[in-house]
Amino acid sequence: MRVLLTLLQKEFIQIFRDRRMLAIIVMVPVMQMLILVYAADFDVKNSDLVVVDWDQSPASRKLVQTFSGSPFFQLHATSFRQEEAESLLRSGKTDMILIVPAGFEKDLFREAGASLQLIVNAINGSTAEILSGYAQNMILDFQRVWIGETLAVPVSKNAGGINPVVRYVYNDRLDYKHFMAPGILVILVTIIGMYLTGMNLVKEKEMGTTEQLNVTPLKKHQLIAGKLIPFWIIALFDLAFGLLIARLAFHLPMEGNLLVLFTYAAIYLIGVLAVGLLISTFADTQQQVLFIGFFIVMIFVLMGGVFTPLESMPRWAQILDFFNPVCYFMRVIRMVLLKGSGFADIISELLFSTVFGISMMVFAIVKYRKRA
Amino acid sequence: MKNTKHRLMGFIRKEFFHIFRDPRTLLIIMGIPISQLLLFGFVITTEVKDVKLAVYDPSKDDVSARLVQKLTSTGYFELVENLESDQNIGDIFKKGKVKEVLVFENDFGRKLQRGGEARLQLLADASDPNVARIVSAYTQGIIRDFIRDQQMLPNLPVKITPEVRMYYNEEARSVFLFVPGLMALIMMLVSAIMSSLSITREKELGTLEVLLVSPLRPIHIVLGKVVPYLLLSFVDALIIVAMANWVFLMPVHGSLVLLLAECFLFIFLSLSLGVLISTVAPTQLIAMFMAMIGLMLPTLLLSGFIFPVENMPKILQWFSVLMPARWFNDIVKDIMLKGNGLFYLWDETLILLAMSLFFVVLSVRNLKNRLE
Repeated sequence: MRVLLTLLQKEFIQIFRDRRMLAIIVMVPVMQMLILVYAADFDVKNSDLVVVDWDQSPASRKLVQTFSGSPFFQLHATSFRQEEAESLLRSGKTDMILIVPAGFEKDLFREAGASLQLIVNAINGSTAEILSGYAQNMILDFQRVWIGETLAVPVSKNAGGINPVVRYVYNDRLDYKHFMAPGILVILVTIIGMYLTGMNLVKEKEMGTTEQLNVTPLKKHQLIAGKLIPFWIIALFDLAFGLLIARLAFHLPMEGNLLVLFTYAAIYLIGVLAVGLLISTFADTQQQVLFIGFFIVMIFVLMGGVFTPLESMPRWAQILDFFNPVCYFMRVIRMVLLKGSGFADIISELLFSTVFGISMMVFAIVKYRKRA
Repeated sequence: MKNTKHRLMGFIRKEFFHIFRDPRTLLIIMGIPISQLLLFGFVITTEVKDVKLAVYDPSKDDVSARLVQKLTSTGYFELVENLESDQNIGDIFKKGKVKEVLVFENDFGRKLQRGGEARLQLLADASDPNVARIVSAYTQGIIRDFIRDQQMLPNLPVKITPEVRMYYNEEARSVFLFVPGLMALIMMLVSAIMSSLSITREKELGTLEVLLVSPLRPIHIVLGKVVPYLLLSFVDALIIVAMANWVFLMPVHGSLVLLLAECFLFIFLSLSLGVLISTVAPTQLIAMFMAMIGLMLPTLLLSGFIFPVENMPKILQWFSVLMPARWFNDIVKDIMLKGNGLFYLWDETLILLAMSLFFVVLSVRNLKNRLE
């Protein structure tokens, strides 16, 4: 035990001797929380709209007003030529064109009804979908108001009688930051744990100092514990630090017990550190650690539901996710922070991460060769 | 003159040997673009489908059953549970089993037929706000359709049919959105990060001094380090474009030559960033973190790769202007999907050119300082 403590002391001194290391440990969470979290938002508002109005009637003007008066659209330009409008779409100045054909107002009262054309830039499919949904709601609104005003027919807002009341549970203002911050924290903890471990161990290899460690009377498990525990502590510290920033900067809710979160994170990190250790047994240079690590982290993170919904993935990918540790942490951190879930709710995740952590660690220790 | 050229070629050859000697590195450099593209093409999607739905229906009548039937038959929803009471709705959300719960009121059908109005509560799990927003929009849309199908809509004298046309990406395939960002990300990884690590490694091992006292000029050392990665990145770009075209049927509407020339420019820019990092960072670990935090994450999140730039807060929008990947993203989308030529792209291209020039000048200055 004393040997281990001395070893830990040495490792910590070595890590913090480099002031820049300290900067990494502090700056990384700050940057991630303050920049990345704010960047991630799918919400669509203030979209630039270009209108081609060939009707120029009170009805068409009213329609355009309905659009530009809403918080979703702002009128970027009007034009009489479709080509001109489309060239604005091509150059990216606008994302949607509304074309009102001549005779729109007249057609409104015809049997067949009037038609409109909406051209949407659909490179980003989901944004396009949301935009056209908004636009169609605007058109319905216009229809209702127009009928009400011109025909003096009262039309109830909930035509047809079913009156859906929407409630957004856990995040009633649909604040994307509250969704994103936990995800970014998972990435943070994973990267810090995996990379720092892997690169530190391989650096010893590159420098040739592994040989020196190997000839010391230290036992293999002491050596590994001495290498891993500092990063385990640093990663947990960064999780706490990141949470603090998120709390101060944008009031990240913490519905659940933080003890639950940290207990889970401590167990999760055993698996992450083991992966770092394992990478170090494969890699000879730090460059390789970076590559292999990037490869693994990217796949884990992208398939773990950090940015995109898991349910939309194909069945086989969801089955593969059974072996994805990031996916479990992602679920746990969001459940605990946003929904207030407790130990009872996350029992299966806890179980998986324990099994994963222990088996990975055993495997990595066996792979790690200390010649003595 | 001939002599220096000869020396440079020799040095470049040596660097190539360094990379190719280790099949792992090569495998990963080629494996990363392929696996990432497959991942984004087949697995990651921002679409929402197969939403898990629970229903609490105390009225148990014909109308509510038909409405639920209609919801599940669209393919967006999957009914997982019929609740017996509204007491345990919170628990279901907490366990993360469903994304949406529909709560019908008592005597839903009868109230609808008699009074023409009935209430329906729609609870969405907004811990993922994006999914919640889309899910509730889908539900409301389907309810609207349901009302129309059941002819509950009071006969409106006015009808507008909007015709929606999705430009550039008619089937709204999200892989089209991801390909440009992926190219930027991978080229950044291979050229900027790998080259900076390769130079810093020489520093860390002390072999840079050896190189500096050799008859090679400093600029040759940098060139020798950079050229192999230039070629590897270019091969990666070719792999991505070819796969996007053949596997995911993403068109190249514009000029392929222009596209490749822009890729070349972007690689050059990334390499100059890599050299800049290596002049500042003393160790590989620090170089890696500078590159990860300064280049990779912003490329991933601030360039419009996954999240649209227009949705970010103003400060981040200004910040994203500094991101080379943002401009490159626009260029690739414009060339591949919109078929734009240089006429539409000259400003983005100029920005990339100016950025590369700036970084080259800066790193040359740093390099000189170090030598004198």
